[in-house]
Amino acid sequence: MIEIKDLHKSYKMGNNKLHVLKGLNFSIAEGELVAIMGSSGSGKSTLLNILGMLDELDEGSYTLDGVPIKNLNETKAAQYRNKFLGFVFQSFNLINYKSAMENVALPLYYQKVPRKEREEKALKYLGQVGLKEWADHLPNELSGGQKQRVAIARAMAAEPKVLLADEPTGALDSKTSYEVMDLIQKINDNGNTILVVTHEEDIAHMCKRIVHLKDGVIVEDKMVEQVRAEQYV
Amino acid sequence: MFDIERWQEIFNTIRKNKLRTFLTGLSVASGIFILVILLGFGQGFRNGIAHEFEQDAATSVWVWPGMTTKKYKGLNPGRNIQLRNQNYEFSAKLLQDDIEYKSPRIFVRDISINYGKEALAYNLQGVSYQFQQIENATMSDGRFLNYQDEINTAKVAVIGNKIAIDVFQDVETPIGEFIDISGIPFKIIGIFSETEDREEERIFIPKTTAQKVFNGGDRLNNLAYTLVPAENFEAAVAQSLKFKNRLQSYLQQAHTVDPDDTNAIRVYSAMEEAKRYYSLTDNIKLFFWFVGICTIIAGVVGVSNIMLIVVRERTKEIGIRKALGAKPWAIVGMVLHESIFITAISGFTGLIFSMGLLELLGPHIQVDYVLNPSVNFNVAISTVFVLIVAGAVAGFFPAWRAANIHVIDALKDE
Repeated sequence: MIEIKDLHKSYKMGNNKLHVLKGLNFSIAEGELVAIMGSSGSGKSTLLNILGMLDELDEGSYTLDGVPIKNLNETKAAQYRNKFLGFVFQSFNLINYKSAMENVALPLYYQKVPRKEREEKALKYLGQVGLKEWADHLPNELSGGQKQRVAIARAMAAEPKVLLADEPTGALDSKTSYEVMDLIQKINDNGNTILVVTHEEDIAHMCKRIVHLKDGVIVEDKMVEQVRAEQYV
Repeated sequence: MFDIERWQEIFNTIRKNKLRTFLTGLSVASGIFILVILLGFGQGFRNGIAHEFEQDAATSVWVWPGMTTKKYKGLNPGRNIQLRNQNYEFSAKLLQDDIEYKSPRIFVRDISINYGKEALAYNLQGVSYQFQQIENATMSDGRFLNYQDEINTAKVAVIGNKIAIDVFQDVETPIGEFIDISGIPFKIIGIFSETEDREEERIFIPKTTAQKVFNGGDRLNNLAYTLVPAENFEAAVAQSLKFKNRLQSYLQQAHTVDPDDTNAIRVYSAMEEAKRYYSLTDNIKLFFWFVGICTIIAGVVGVSNIMLIVVRERTKEIGIRKALGAKPWAIVGMVLHESIFITAISGFTGLIFSMGLLELLGPHIQVDYVLNPSVNFNVAISTVFVLIVAGAVAGFFPAWRAANIHVIDALKDE
C-alpha cells in the first residue's frame, strides 16, 4: 500500500540545513495497523506530512497504492488527498460552525457527491462510531472523545486507502484514549490500512507493528502482539 | 451559485461579523449611491439642454445680416447688409437638396396694431407658410398660413396663444376676428403654441403681404431653414456645418463681404450649438463616472480588507478543508463568492435608494438646464456590472492568499 524508498527531507533554517529525515525505507501492506513512534524532533511529524502529501520529499520515492507521489501541484495533491487519505488530528480539527453530520460530509462535498447521498453516507459513518444521535450537534456540544470519533468518521467517509492519525489520543484522557483506539482497531479489523503517530507506549502497543524513529532514521521496526483496547473500555 | 453549503458558510461568517460587514457594506452602498445620483444629475443636465434646444427645430439654420467690419474689394467697412428676395430664392435653389423647410422673415416695425379700441404691442412678422415647422410651433386652433395666402397676398394673420389669452378673453375664439394693422383689417385664421411665452407674443402674416402692403419692397430681415433629417446625430452635425458654410460663402459673395468677416453675415446653426453643449455634457458625464468609480473603489478596498480579515480568521478552517481535499480553486471560489455577495447586496441597496430618490425628487427639480434627473436602464445595468466586477476584484487578493495557505502551518494556527 505504502512504499517508501530512501526518503530524505531537510529544512532550511537560515543558513543552516536541518536534515530531518535521513534515508527512510519501509513499506506498509494493505490492512496493517502501524504505530510510528519517536520523541519530538525524531522526524515523525515530517514523515506524516510527507505521507499526507502536505509536504514534499527532497530525495527518494513514495508510492501510494501503486501511484508514484511526486511533483504534485496543489490541485493534484488535493485530489489525491481526497481520494487516498483520511486524516485524524490530535486537536480534532472539526469546523466549529458545522454540525457533526456536516463535518463528516465535508470530504464528500469535495468529491462532488450529491447532497442527499452525502448526508446518508455521513449518517452511516456517524452510526459506525456510535454518534448517530449526535448528528445535529455542533462540535462544542461534544466531549473530546466524541469529537475525535466524529473526526474519525469524517476521515472514513471518503473511504480512503489509508487512514493517517497524528497523535489521535494526544488530547484525551486514558479512558477516552482507549475508546478511540478501540474504534481504530475495529476499523482496522474491517481491513483498512491505518498509520498512527504516537509517543505513548501503550497506544503503540495497541497497533500491530511499531516503527521507531530516532533522529531521522528508523531504529526499530517490529511486529508486536496487539493489545486490544476493548478490555480497558 | 445554488450550492446550499456555500450560502450557509457565507451567512455564518457574516453573522459572526455583523457590524463589520454592515459598515463595509455601507461604504459600498454609499459609493453606488453617489455614482447613481451623479449620473442622474448628468442626465438631468443633458435633458435640460435638450429641452432648451427643443424650442426650434433641431436642424434649423438662421441667417442674421449685420454690418461689415472689414475692407473688401474697395468697399469700406461699416456697410449694412440687406438681404433680398433674390438671396432667399437663390440660396433655396443652390441648397435645395439639403433643405426641408425654408422661410424668410420680414419684421414689420413702426406700425399700429389694434383690436377694436385696444392697441396691441406685439411683434409683426411676415413669414412663409413653412415657418411653422421651423419654429416647431403647434396649432392650438385654426390653421397656419398656406401657399394660397402667399400667392393672394391675403390679409390673414396667425397669432400666438398668449395673445389669444391676453386680448381675446371676451370672445369665444379669436378665429374669424379682425385685427387692424395700419388701418387694414386682417382676419385671424389660427392660433399657435410655443414652448415659451415670449415666442407666443408674435403675429405672423404672409411674407408677400408683409412686403407689398407695408412697403417692404424685396427686403428681408432674416432667413431660416431646416435641413432634411440625417441618419444620426453626427451626420446631422456634419450636414449642418456643410450647409452653414455653403450658405455663408454664397451670401458673402453676393454681398461682396470678406470671407473672414464674421460680423457681416452671421449664420447660426442650432445643431452646431447643440453639439457644443452635448459634448460638454459628455465630458461632465465622464467626470461623474470618474468620481463615482473612485468612491466605489474606496468601498471596494473596504470589502477587500474585511475579506482579508475573514481569511485570516478562517486560516485553520481553510487548512482543514485543504487537508480534506479542497482544491485551491474551491477556496478561491468560496472567498470570491462571499465578497461578491457582500458587494452586490450593499451595492443594490445603494442603487435602489438612489434610484428611488431620483424617481421621487427628479420630476420636481426645476432649475435652468437641469430637467428630470434620472438614470435609464442601461446605466443601472452598467452599475450592476461595475458592482460585480468590484466584488470580484475586492475578493480576489484575499481569495488568492487563502488558496495559498500552507496546510501544515494553517493547522498549527490557533
